[in-house]
Amino acid sequence: MRLNELGSVLVIVVLALTAYFVSQQPPAPVAAPQPKTLVVLVPDASGKVGAVSVKSTQGETVISSAYASATATGAAAPVVGSSSAAQVQQTFADTLKARPQPPVSYTLNFLEGSDEYTTESRQTVETVLRELAKRPAAEIAVIGHTDRVGAVEYNDKLSLQRAERVRADFLKRGVSERSISVAGRGEREPLVATADEVAEARNRRVEINIR
Amino acid sequence: MLNRNLKYVVIAIAVLSAPVAMAADDAGQIKVVNGPVTIERAGQSLPAVTGARIQQADTLRTGAGGSVGVTMLDNTLVSAGPNSVLVIERYAFNSTTHQGQFDAGLRRGTLSMVSGKLAKQSPDAVRVITPTTVLGARGTEFHVQVTD
Repeated sequence: MRLNELGSVLVIVVLALTAYFVSQQPPAPVAAPQPKTLVVLVPDASGKVGAVSVKSTQGETVISSAYASATATGAAAPVVGSSSAAQVQQTFADTLKARPQPPVSYTLNFLEGSDEYTTESRQTVETVLRELAKRPAAEIAVIGHTDRVGAVEYNDKLSLQRAERVRADFLKRGVSERSISVAGRGEREPLVATADEVAEARNRRVEINIR
Repeated sequence: MLNRNLKYVVIAIAVLSAPVAMAADDAGQIKVVNGPVTIERAGQSLPAVTGARIQQADTLRTGAGGSVGVTMLDNTLVSAGPNSVLVIERYAFNSTTHQGQFDAGLRRGTLSMVSGKLAKQSPDAVRVITPTTVLGARGTEFHVQVTD
């Protein structure tokens, strides 16, 4: 073999080896930072714990116990862990402080065939007004119902009349007109199922939903 | 001539019905505001005040020390803490059937959610979408943090 031939072979061998080792190198890591998502499941006001499914491109998991957590970046499957009431308070204090008050519902009952409150319901009206005073930007839905005594059309009118009575009372007490919506459901949604033409005090009612 | 009049009628109907279409986009109402908070809607920045209506496609942005709480039409409660970007990506709620969809996009910051009627009706009706995950809210209360 001549000297320059030997040189060529050496160059080829070196190139082949270089190519081999380069191909064995792991790919350069991607420098872009990955945003991280943390989710913590907590008991609700009644102590009940639901569930949250956590899905990234790399996998999916479901957390379903109190203070269970999951952490996910785009690069790996979500990792299940655990948090605590104290940690939640620390990380989410401002978020919790901004939470709207949960919606509440009240029921007012009426005397048969009329839009006059029962004695007990007169007290409830005061409770509702106190609750409204505590809520900035309250939305109030007033929904009237009747029992099944009388024709459907009569009860449609009576249920709306009951709801309108409640609205009028609230307006008199300074509640803003814009915040109240009124509807009459007639005898369609009895609280207690009865045969037609049965007088049932619990069905003569107005629901008040506040949020 | 008739054609021309017809055209004006069509335009008039379109103009008159526009506010109705906007009302249909109503998704919720701001109940709590602390510190700097803005609503971004169609490229405009609106002040976030207590009582302001929130619509689908709105972005809520809170600054340092800012936080905001919204009650959605289905009674889902959502709040966002300081330095957060929360996008109402999709909101639809049928008050009769309780069917619909709520997709809340948390780009960064913190979010707390108490689920309402939508999540009760179907398991994937309420989702929180972050840059790395999709969270399916199957009830009832949870918190989310997105950090860079």
